Formats: sequence, C-alpha cells, structure tokens
Amino acid sequence: MLRYIVGRIGQSLLLLFLVSIIGYFVLLLAPGGPMSQFALTPGISKQDLDRIAEQMGLNRPIIVQYADWLWHLLQGDWGASFRDNRPVLTVILDHLPATLLLMGSATAIAMTLGVWIGIMGAIRRYSIFDYAATVGAMIALSVPTFWFGLIAIYVFSLNLGWFPAGNMYTIGSGSVGDVLWHLVLPASVLALVDVAIWSRYMRTATLDVINQDFIKTARAKGLSPRRVLFKHVVGNALLPMITLAGLQVPALLGGALVTETVFTWPGMGRLFLDSLGYNDYPVVMGLLMFSAVLVLIGNLLADLISAFVDPRIRLA
Amino acid sequence: MMSTVTPANLDLPPENWWRSRTARRFRRHRLAMFGVVMIAVLTIACVLGPYLLPYDQLFIDLRARFAPPMTGGHIFGTDPLGRDVAARLFHAGRISLLVGFCAMLISIVIGTVIGVLSGYYGGRVDAALMRFTDAFLSFPSIFLLLALAAFIRPDPLMITVIIAVTTWMEVARIVSTEVRSLRERDFILAAHMLGLSNRWIMFRELLPNAIGPIIVAATLTVARAILLEAYVSFLGYGIQPPLPSWGNMLNGAQQYLGSAPWLAIVPGIAITLAVTSFNFIGDGLRDALDARSDLS
Repeated sequence: MLRYIVGRIGQSLLLLFLVSIIGYFVLLLAPGGPMSQFALTPGISKQDLDRIAEQMGLNRPIIVQYADWLWHLLQGDWGASFRDNRPVLTVILDHLPATLLLMGSATAIAMTLGVWIGIMGAIRRYSIFDYAATVGAMIALSVPTFWFGLIAIYVFSLNLGWFPAGNMYTIGSGSVGDVLWHLVLPASVLALVDVAIWSRYMRTATLDVINQDFIKTARAKGLSPRRVLFKHVVGNALLPMITLAGLQVPALLGGALVTETVFTWPGMGRLFLDSLGYNDYPVVMGLLMFSAVLVLIGNLLADLISAFVDPRIRLA
Repeated sequence: MMSTVTPANLDLPPENWWRSRTARRFRRHRLAMFGVVMIAVLTIACVLGPYLLPYDQLFIDLRARFAPPMTGGHIFGTDPLGRDVAARLFHAGRISLLVGFCAMLISIVIGTVIGVLSGYYGGRVDAALMRFTDAFLSFPSIFLLLALAAFIRPDPLMITVIIAVTTWMEVARIVSTEVRSLRERDFILAAHMLGLSNRWIMFRELLPNAIGPIIVAATLTVARAILLEAYVSFLGYGIQPPLPSWGNMLNGAQQYLGSAPWLAIVPGIAITLAVTSFNFIGDGLRDALDARSDLS
C-alpha cells in the first residue's frame, strides 16, 4: 500500500512539473510579457524599460527564468496582483471557499440524482425510463451551462420569483439560510452536466456488477432482491464512482467558471474573468496553475481512496 | 518501386459502403438519423437563410429596437440595435459551425499524430507523449482556452486553433490505445517483414485500421468545439462583434432577460440543437462501427 501511495504521489509531482512548463509557455504569450504593466506608463522610455527588464531578470535565458519562476511558485510566492498589489495566492485563497461550496453542492446533487437514475436505468434496462434517461443525458451534455443558467434565471427568478437571480447573499443579511437560498439555482445549473455523466457511469457500473458470479451466488443463497441490489450490487458499483469524482474536477471547475459569471457568485471563476478584464496577468496565471493543482489533487485523492477501499487496485 | 508490392495494393475493391452492415446499423439508429437531418437543415438554413430574409444582418434600425418575434417581418425579433435576430442567427451559424468543424480537423490531426507515434513506438516515447497529454488534461479546458484567447487576442482563425489546442487530448488517447493493440497483429508483422518503413506502417497500415474510433471521436469533437466556441464568445474573448457567432449573440443577452428574452432563447436553442445532433451522430457511429451490436 505504501509503495502504491509513494508511486502515485511521484506521478502527480511529475505531472505538476509538466503542467508548470505548459503554464510558463502560456505566460510567455501574454502581450508584452511580464513587462506589459510598465509599458503602459505614459512617457516611459526604452532605456527605463530595459533597466526594469534588467532588474527583474528578464534578460536572462528562458530556462533560467523558468527555473526561477518555478522556485518562487514552490515557495508560495506567486507574485502580486496588478490590481491591488496583494499576493496572488492570498487573493485566490480568498475566493476559494465560495467555489468549493458551489462545486461541493453541485457534486452532492449530481451524485444523489445521477446514482439513482443510473441504478434505475440498469435494473430496468431498455425500459422507457432507461431510454428517456439516456437521451436526456445526451441532451444535458449538449446544453451550454451558461445558457441553462440564463433560462433558469428567466424561469425561476424573473417569472416565478422563487430564487434570487445572482450573488451569494443579500447585503446586510448573510445568514446560512440566506446563502443556501442563493445557492439553489447556481448549484442546480452546475449539477446538470454532472447528473448526466454520473447517471451514465452508474448505469454501466451497475450492469457490470449485476452480471458477475458473486451476484448470482447471493441470489442463489436466497437473499431478497432488495438486499442483493442495495448491499451487493450498489456497494460494488459505487467503487468506480470514486475515480469518476476525481476525473470530474476539471469539468466541474470549468462549469463553475461560467456558472459563477452568470450568477455573479464571488468565486475563483469570476475572479479569473475579472482579472482577464483588468489584464491582471499574475492572477490569471496563478488561477490557471491553481486550477491544475486542484485537478491533480482531486485525481490523486480519488485514486488513493479507491486503493484504500478496494484491495484489487493496490495489489495489482 | 517498392510500393508496388505493398499489401495496400492487394486490397479488394472497395465494397458498396451504403449497403454495408455498418451503414445499415447506422441508418437504423433513430437518434443518429435525427442528428444527420438536423445538421443538414441547420447547414442549409445558415447557408441559404440570409438570402431569403428581408433584412441584412448588419442593418441597424434604432426605431425597431427590441421588436418581439413575429413582428414587422422579424421572425425572431430584433436586438438592442434593431438588427434582425434571424439574419444574425444564420450568419452566426456559418461562423460557429465552420469554427467547430475546422477546430475538429486540426484537433484530429494533432491527436492522431501524437496517438499513432505513442502507440506505435511504445516504451519511452509512449510514456513521454502520454504524460504530456495528461498534463494538458490537468487544465480545466475553459481556463486554458480563456487565458490563451485573452493573451493572444485572436481572430476567428486563431480561435479555431486555440480550441483545437485544448481538445486534441481525448483523440490522442483513443488512437494510442487503438494502435497499441493493432501493432501486435499479424498484418503488421507481415509489413515489417516486407521491410516497409516505420512511417509507411504507421500512416498507411495502422491508421486506416484505426479509422473507426477516430471518426467517432471526430464527430464528438465537433460538438465539443461548437460548445467551447460558444463559451469563450459568450464570455467576450471569442469571436468579436460585429462578426456574429452563436456564442457572442448571447453575450449581452443576460441584461435584457426580463424585457427581451428571445435574445437569450433563440441562439441558445441553435447551439443546443447543433451540439446535441453531433453527439447523437457520434453515438450512432459508435454503435454502428461496433460489430457486436448486431448480436444483442
């Protein structure tokens, strides 16, 4: 087990290294590079720009600059925001809880609904319900999340007036109930794609398990169909769902970005878009790297938990 | 010439594709056929539509701002500048469908080359290329896409390239897996014994045999590319006005949601229809190319 954990962490670190290389080359594409903010100063001369480049070490070979950048990144020095000069990491961590709350709620909704739809589809295979769930999932995967958000606001907020059209809390209130009330629409919108994916995977996983010998044994022992289903089938079909939860992190983060934009939810996604609008490249780069780190952590955790609950994985 | 004895020349004449089992399975797939018809209708509407409408997509008529659908000859109403939404929708469709299709082509080329190389050579080449692929997959694609689009400040061609750069990874993985299993087959051994070059074996022997999964991936990639274009353009970093795209038509729609909901509803339905159709076709192709589906 220890060997598996160490190997898996090593893999993640290697990936993190590759991710940092790609991230650095994206950074180089920024117009004017890191010098852009100084070039905007009215009346700045070429000599001044050269001097600043010299001071910032931008005239060194690219490999050296990259190593330097990575070294600072690892030490938690992610640069300062162009907007208010606060450390990038602090700015990001300020916006992280709102995003985690949104993503967590969406995942909870998606798991509950998706797993249920998946199981029902598998045990009533080729029924009308199964067919509707399959087609429904494919349509759900094709609807742009932001558009679904707009329609949800139009119906549930503007016409029915059940939920607020945006923001995380009413100014002056901010109680738990108030936040939850604001959370309903964005979390449901973000969950839509996930419900589709979870239900498809759960259906396949359930069908895989149903046809295995130990299920026949359980039935042959005379266990009630209910008990076989909930204890033996569902328990085992849920195992691959742990990996799925890890694999869903990038899509969920991307979905959170647009959902937060539509619902003015003060999370990382909105921060990313606001920072793009302000040409705040350090924060943009920081968020790009941070989102990749979240993805790697998600996958790593999912694999470690799978290995912990399923001996077949760690012994393979 | 060496090539005169290649196994490719020993192939049987191509069978009639329309009557093949695969084509028959595809035609029986109702959702896929719905997708094909829908894409045909959308394409024809986008190509011919603008010629049939009374209004030009760029014609601004401030007296006719926010005309609701089906008034004054505006089938889908007008936008905040009084431009005809229907005319813009068809022009936008040309851009969105074209960007989606071209992004898919580039994406397939990148993904196929990386996949074939890693699957054929295996070992260290495979490990290096697949880790590279994994690294790209670690970025949420919208984050990477937006950062690139904002840094490069692109025209439609660059948007297409950027979308391709963020969508090739799935294809690379699929092709790599496929080639890795084909590599062990007898016909590849025979090709080696004939002394064919690695390049010939990779692109003339292995690739044609892996074409099924590539076509499926290509169809699904068109769907993804259209969706991604809609996302970046909606967020303001994709196709720039006055050039319309389905995504940027939705860009300002949120603030008029209460007074002019058709501005949000109409383009959204177009995107959903196009993406759903390509997904249906992809699903139908996957089932049709899987010979086992006849047995069940």
